[in-house]
Amino acid sequence: MATEKKNITLESTVEYSKQASRATAKRLIRFFFRRLILLMITIVVGVYITIIVANMGGYVDVILKSSIREEVTMEVAAIAAKSYMTEDVRRELIERGIQEREKLAGLDQPFVRRSLTHLKNALTLNFGRARFMISDHGSRYVRNIILERLPATLLLMGTSQLLLFVVSLFLALAVSRHYGSFWDKLIVALSPTSSIPPWFYGIFLILFFAAWLKILPFGGMVDAPPPPTKIGYFLSVLKHMILPAFSLFISSFMINTYSWRTFFLIYSSEDYVDMAKAKGLSSRAIERRYILRPTMPSIITSFALMLVGIWTGATLTETVFLWPGLGTIIYQAVSRYDTAVIVGTTIIQAYLLGITVFLLDFLYAIVDPRVKLGGSK
Amino acid sequence: MKRLKDSFRDVARYPSAIIGMIIVIALFVFSFYTMWKIPYNEAIKMWRASEDIVYKNPKNARPTWVNWFRKDKLPVSVDVVAGEDDDFTKVSEPRASGGSSIEFVYSFDYDYNELPQDFFLYFTTDYQSKNPFVSMTLQTPSGEDIKIADLGISKNQNYRFEQDEKLRTRLKRLHKGNEPSTAMEGLLSKLGSDPFEIDKGTYKLTIQATTFEEGSDVDVELIMHGKVFGFFGTDHLRRDLKVAMMWGAPIALAFGLTAALGSAIITMFISAIGTWFGGWLDELIQRITEVNMVIPYFAVLIMVGTFYSRSIWTLLLVTIILNMFSASVKSQRAIFLQVKESTYIEAAIAYGASDLRIVTRYMIPRVIPMIIPSLVSAVPSYVFLEASLALLGLGDPSIPTWGKVINDARTFGAQYQGMYYWILEPAVFLMITGFGFALLGFALDRIFNPRLRGM
Repeated sequence: MATEKKNITLESTVEYSKQASRATAKRLIRFFFRRLILLMITIVVGVYITIIVANMGGYVDVILKSSIREEVTMEVAAIAAKSYMTEDVRRELIERGIQEREKLAGLDQPFVRRSLTHLKNALTLNFGRARFMISDHGSRYVRNIILERLPATLLLMGTSQLLLFVVSLFLALAVSRHYGSFWDKLIVALSPTSSIPPWFYGIFLILFFAAWLKILPFGGMVDAPPPPTKIGYFLSVLKHMILPAFSLFISSFMINTYSWRTFFLIYSSEDYVDMAKAKGLSSRAIERRYILRPTMPSIITSFALMLVGIWTGATLTETVFLWPGLGTIIYQAVSRYDTAVIVGTTIIQAYLLGITVFLLDFLYAIVDPRVKLGGSK
Repeated sequence: MKRLKDSFRDVARYPSAIIGMIIVIALFVFSFYTMWKIPYNEAIKMWRASEDIVYKNPKNARPTWVNWFRKDKLPVSVDVVAGEDDDFTKVSEPRASGGSSIEFVYSFDYDYNELPQDFFLYFTTDYQSKNPFVSMTLQTPSGEDIKIADLGISKNQNYRFEQDEKLRTRLKRLHKGNEPSTAMEGLLSKLGSDPFEIDKGTYKLTIQATTFEEGSDVDVELIMHGKVFGFFGTDHLRRDLKVAMMWGAPIALAFGLTAALGSAIITMFISAIGTWFGGWLDELIQRITEVNMVIPYFAVLIMVGTFYSRSIWTLLLVTIILNMFSASVKSQRAIFLQVKESTYIEAAIAYGASDLRIVTRYMIPRVIPMIIPSLVSAVPSYVFLEASLALLGLGDPSIPTWGKVINDARTFGAQYQGMYYWILEPAVFLMITGFGFALLGFALDRIFNPRLRGM
């Protein structure tokens, strides 16, 4: 590789740096494509496995077939009740009806073919129609069902996770400056509280604030009926959001602060930080240049993963608080055997995770000069 | 041995580790005590709530400890057998015409401001052809005698006060047409009081039984369904929550520990083998790990629970499979790559050690201190995972677990009806378990991880 050229004379330094940047660009592109292809394969396999699991290896089709049969038989029976028909005609009518419906549902193809069609549709974000679930506006398209729930999830998760990220990061930085202080010890002592998931805090918060003190609502997103004015609506949503957002916040707050603090402490015990202190640099400058900069890749990673988390929602917290978001969809879909919706939400998650991982690789390469691209070793 | 001793000394330096350790040990002791006290099959039978097991339990009764915090005490459930208790006497006298006349007297103090749910009498008797006859009267503290019922009893006869229409009519008449909403209200209120006011003091229930055959005897058990029952209370199916609270511990520990241990050990082997052999195997393991990262974990578990099986062991297996190729494969691989280059591995190769020996004897021991803390810290997450699935109604139908009790409580609106104990009890158990393992895990992390030492 070009970078490993030896015997560089001073005169050729300029030439060398040009070469080096060209080589870097080349490697960046190669790296990019390698990662992209690998990632695409990963997503395809992940999505396919999800489809197989969601389809129960074909059992869902059996369930669907029997429900189609029942439906058609009932319909034909309703017709037969009004107008006379012979047994043969009736049977034929039923069989034809079933065949048509099955073809419409794509059930006439063998399972492997069908799962591949599912895969293709899934990868092109063509989620199709839900089998049973209907969006609040009456649409049967999975995309509409998901899109309808998305704002609620984004609102709840966005608020709580952004708050969590920013507050814990800054608090950790502040605490790491005063290592061994009371607050520092408190954070360390309280970090095991994060072993408890948010929905669990949710149950306690509901008992305390809704059932006992009766100052906050049990769940839902807005009062029923919704307030007519915009401000009233906003305030009502805000009131409903306090408990779920707080439980999401509190369940990760201590561990996040603790791990950031430990992370910063590890980095601030490096020799070059001592060196900078010895030089007499201000603590702000030390923090910015010698502590925050090397920790940047980790901060970015956790930010990106947090962004993914926002999209996927929190199934249980939303269920506990009856929050009409994406998280509850998946449970509703599962309990009604609505494969299309399960696959739809799952694929969005898989895609987002994949894309985030992919983008992260690049951000690392840009932020962290230590990351070697293209596997030159 | 010395290392082990040193580690123990290290652990003892952290108070949080000691607290965590005590909690964990206590949980184990509690679990073994439970398994000894209520054998598994019996627990399952009790949890199935067949009538012959739960008849003694009131419905949705609060636990007795609720009374510790109340000024206004709630009526405690009572279960007494005649002759076995000083308050419930049995006196038998032979009759001239054969058979005997038996008098049961039960005197009790009622000082509560609330009414009990119901009174039951369970009669057991033996006779050949003519069944015995009983008549019951209740003497109130104000001295009034209320006739309750006269009835002929069969071999296993029960009499429920609330279900006797005649008693209701009689009570209405005694209250001068003012109809009590329950028989309990009519019986235990001052006659003629309006609104009904509980007559506090000593009651005397007299049961006069007459048998008509030689050797025929009557026994009676009185059960009062109060508003509190046992230390844990009961649920909507009259099940004693004690069963679920106690059995929740061994199940949570079994699930949490097996999942944490199983996935940690398998992950460790996978990453060690992949790193050692390298090549396509390593590449394959890496790709599987990445695929696994993309698959939405909880959604898959929900699907398995709904479509395939709700058995706790199936879910455990799937949890382990999904966690086998977790992100820690990557971090352990980084360590193994370093280990692989070290000189003692070279020495092992030189003396002709087999691949298996190198992996198990030289590579894996190096990561064990690293995975122990994370293993311990992972236990709560699996315990709560089981509870989460139960909360969504995907709990194992036959096994009593803490999560299922929370699910029942929420389904039947415990939080809206003030039955907080129903949610709080399993929640406190779950929380203690979570804290115990988390405290221990955090402390172990600081001990085993040299970079964190003293931080």
